[in-house]
Formats: sequence, C-alpha cells, structure tokens
Amino acid sequence: MGIVAIALNTFREGAKDKIFYAIVVFAIIIMGSSRFIATLSVGQIDKITKDLGLATISLLGLLIAIFVGTKLVYEEISRRTIYTIISKPVTRSQFILGKYFGLLLIIGMTLTILTVFFSLVVYLNSNTLDAHLLKAIGLAFFELALITSVAIFFSTFTSPISSALFTMGIWVAGHFSGDLKGLGQISDSSLSRGVSTFLYYLVPNLSNFDIRGEVVHGVGIPHTFFLFSVCYGLIYSAAVILIATLIFRKRDF
Amino acid sequence: MEVIRTEGLTKIYKSGLRKIRALAGIDLLVGQGEIFGFLGPNAAGKTTTIKILMHLTFPSSGKAWILGSEAGSAAVKQKTGYLPEHPAFYPNLTGIELLSFYGRLFGLGARKNRERIHELLSLVGLRDAAKLAVGSYSKGMLQRIGMAQSLINDPEVVILDEPLAGVDPVGRKSLRDLILRLKKMGKSVFFSTHILQDVELICDRVAILIKGGIVSVGRLDQILAEEIESIEITAKNVSSDAVKAIGEIALNVIGSSDKCMIVVKDEETLEKIQAILGLHGGKIASIIPRAKTLEEHFIEKIRE
Repeated sequence: MGIVAIALNTFREGAKDKIFYAIVVFAIIIMGSSRFIATLSVGQIDKITKDLGLATISLLGLLIAIFVGTKLVYEEISRRTIYTIISKPVTRSQFILGKYFGLLLIIGMTLTILTVFFSLVVYLNSNTLDAHLLKAIGLAFFELALITSVAIFFSTFTSPISSALFTMGIWVAGHFSGDLKGLGQISDSSLSRGVSTFLYYLVPNLSNFDIRGEVVHGVGIPHTFFLFSVCYGLIYSAAVILIATLIFRKRDF
Repeated sequence: MEVIRTEGLTKIYKSGLRKIRALAGIDLLVGQGEIFGFLGPNAAGKTTTIKILMHLTFPSSGKAWILGSEAGSAAVKQKTGYLPEHPAFYPNLTGIELLSFYGRLFGLGARKNRERIHELLSLVGLRDAAKLAVGSYSKGMLQRIGMAQSLINDPEVVILDEPLAGVDPVGRKSLRDLILRLKKMGKSVFFSTHILQDVELICDRVAILIKGGIVSVGRLDQILAEEIESIEITAKNVSSDAVKAIGEIALNVIGSSDKCMIVVKDEETLEKIQAILGLHGGKIASIIPRAKTLEEHFIEKIRE
C-alpha cells in the first residue's frame, strides 16, 4: 500500500513539474523538425526520421531519469518532507521503491506521449507503422529503468550534482563497456586485465538496449535477444535498488 | 500504563573527527492520557529525542518504546501521530490531496479516508482552504494541516515537535485548545517546546532537558514546590520589641506594628518568627510560601 501511494504521489508531483512539460514540448519540436532535416538528404527521409526520433526519445528520457532521479530522494531529505512519510507505517525500503516506481511512471508516460507523436511523424513519412520501433522504444524504457535505479542509488547518499555526474559517468561507461573489456584483453598486465574484466561485469552493459541502428536499417531483432535484454535490465535494476535500500535503511535524517 | 518509555537514550553525532553528544542517557516515562511537556532551550536535544521515537534517527545506545513496543515498528507507527518541527509538505498538493496521501499510507480505504479528511479539516479549521495548494498556506495554516495529518489515523499517542513555535497568539490558543481536546478524547500527547507559557497552561507533567540530559521531571507544581524561594508572613499587632527581633533574622520587614509583612528565607526562620511573636506579642494573619516561577527555575537550570 505504501509503495503504491508513494509511487502515485511521486508521479503526481512530477507531472505537475513545469520542466517535464518543457522536455516533452522540446522533444515534439525536434521530432517534428526531423521531417525538414531529412529533406536535406536524398532518399533517407525514413531512416533519418526514425533515427532522430529514437535518439530524441532516449536522450530526453535519459535527462528525466538523471535530473529528476538524482533529486528525488535527496530533496525529500533536504526539504524534510520525508519526516511525515517515514514516521507513518512505511518502511524505508518501501519509500525507495515507491519513489523508483513513481519515476518509472513519469518516464513511461513521457515515452508514451513521445511514441504517439513519433509514430504519427513516421506514418506521415512512409504511410506505414513499423512495429520494430516499439521494440526499440521498449528497450529504451528498460535502459532508462536501469539508469533511474543508478540515479536513485547515488541519491541516497550524495548530493544531486554528484549523483548526476556519477550516473552520467555510468551511462557513458555502460555504452562503452565492450571497449573496456577489449582494452583489458590487449594489455600485458594481468592486473589491468583483471580490473577491466571486473569493471566490464560491474558496469551495466547498455549496448544490450541499443537496437536503434538495426531498427533504422530494417535488421530484425531476435525475440531471444529482446527477452535477454529485458531480463538483464530487470535484474540489474533490482540489484541496484536493493543496494540503495540497504544503504538507506541505516541513514539518519 | 506508560505510553512512552526511554532507557539510557544516547545519541552521538560525528562531525569529521569531532563527536557531539546530543543526548546523554535519557530516561523518560509518559503516562496514558497525559499531556507531557518536553521543555528545553534550543539545541537541548528535544528534536533528537523525538526523531529517535519516530525512527527517523537511530540512537547510539539505549532504547525507546511506545505503547509497550519498540519505537519504529510498523505496529507502533500505526497508532502514533507525529508533527515535525517546521513541517514541510508537498507544495503542489492541495490540503485534501495531502491528507488523502497520508491516509493511504495508513491503509485507510477510500470512504474512511474521505470521512477522516472531512472531520479533520473541520477540527483544525481548514475547510475553506482545503482545495488550495499547500504551498500557498501561511505558517499557521501549515501547522494546522500538520496537526491534521498527525491525526489522520486516529492515533493513541500524538508526538508534536514545537507545535506552537512561530504561530500567532490566536493560532496558539486554538492549537492549545486542540491539544486539550485530544486529551479529553483519551489520547496521550507528548510535545516539545521552549515556550514556558504553553507548558504552564496545558501540561500535566514536564521534563526539562538541558544539554542532552534531563534536569527536572514531574508535575509542574511538584517541581516548583521544591523550589521555595521565600515565605511571606503577614502579622498583626506586633510589638516594637518583636519588630526589632524579627528584623535581625528576616530578609525584609515592611509595614507598621498594626500590620506588617515579613519575608523569611525558610521554614526554620518561620518557626523562630512564630516564637518571637509568641514571646513579645503579635499574631500571624497569613503565611504564603513563594515558589520560583517556571521561568526562574528554567533559567537557573540552564545556568547550572
């Protein structure tokens, strides 16, 4: 009950935030202008529209995940709104989970609005709707769920600026984790190989969620890959949130 | 039956290499149906104690119980109401939305939640402001919506941290009346304050906390009875010999032989005065012990 109430309240608070509307309007403008940008290249309208649309959705979802997620817990503590929540029959774990699911609702709503508009733009260009686009957006959502869990994890013990920097760092490292492993393999030092392998497995492998290239170029995505990526995102997110709740349980307010 | 009990409650904060002892072994007992005042100057440890009771902060050592169960358990929180100092709420929610949110945290059903919200908004006098965003509320209104959220679950124990601070005199009267009403409803109220007048007006028992330690605890009249400052004696038909003899042992003698007021420091001196009047002539009309006021007692304890 506590998790649901906190999640819905987080969603309601976030939905009233003007920054959220600014982000959605900005995304719609970018996607709308993709039609004009695409006319600059010959015969590539469809690909450019899809690429720009998917990139916009991912990027703006990322901005919400980082900049809202890193403030979510920190502000509750600094504004002391948490006092009247934790003093109710709500555990600290339920509080963290409620905030997490609330932000996922915000991200989900944002992606839904942008997907509707994006689908309209794609339809206007090609008179068809590509179901693979929904797979790409679906995986983008699970990537954002993972990044949100990381943002909330940092938010339980450090300031929003530090949390945002660390989370952004994890996002960058996550998209280059394959290179991390490769770097270790070419090294002569066993310590370097060990560290790079450790980091490869520690840092989330976000390339699992990036199928934009395949979708834009019409390459099929196997169901097994999709399911693996979804499960990977769920398990990684759950592990990070679990660690966040363990840290949060011991915190003095 | 005790509703709040603490044993050896200690809290040490670490700031870099420094350690700051906020609480030094607090032992408290609050009885059922009492209004208990937790009095102390700023930084005495009142809020720290309350935060430990509400499981917002963990003690370094010692324990706390509410209604016989360890403080912080879900069962205890279900029966406890809490108003923090300078309460902060989500500014974009209306009064109704805010109370509805807190009601859901207690697992209240939609219908029960609506009924409680309606009752509480009337009780705290916020029905007209119920649909306004909480961010637009004045200080007094915030305290009142804070009181309302502390009562949403119809608690047995209500813990209030400086509920009257920063509120205007009319608002303070209405909040004091509300606290008295809670007592009549059978609830126990524990509130912290540094405003002595509020304690004198409504508390059954008081504890005075200074620098993390309790220096006085008990009924107000008992605490102050231990602090007799002087005794004022009104005497009539006092002979001049008696006046002379009394003047040598009393703190002050005012008036004439027909009627004079004699101030002595203790009961031993009073007995001597009675002996003098019996020997030289004179009659005692009244004896009034003068106790310290709560303010004098409080300031003396701070200076110690």
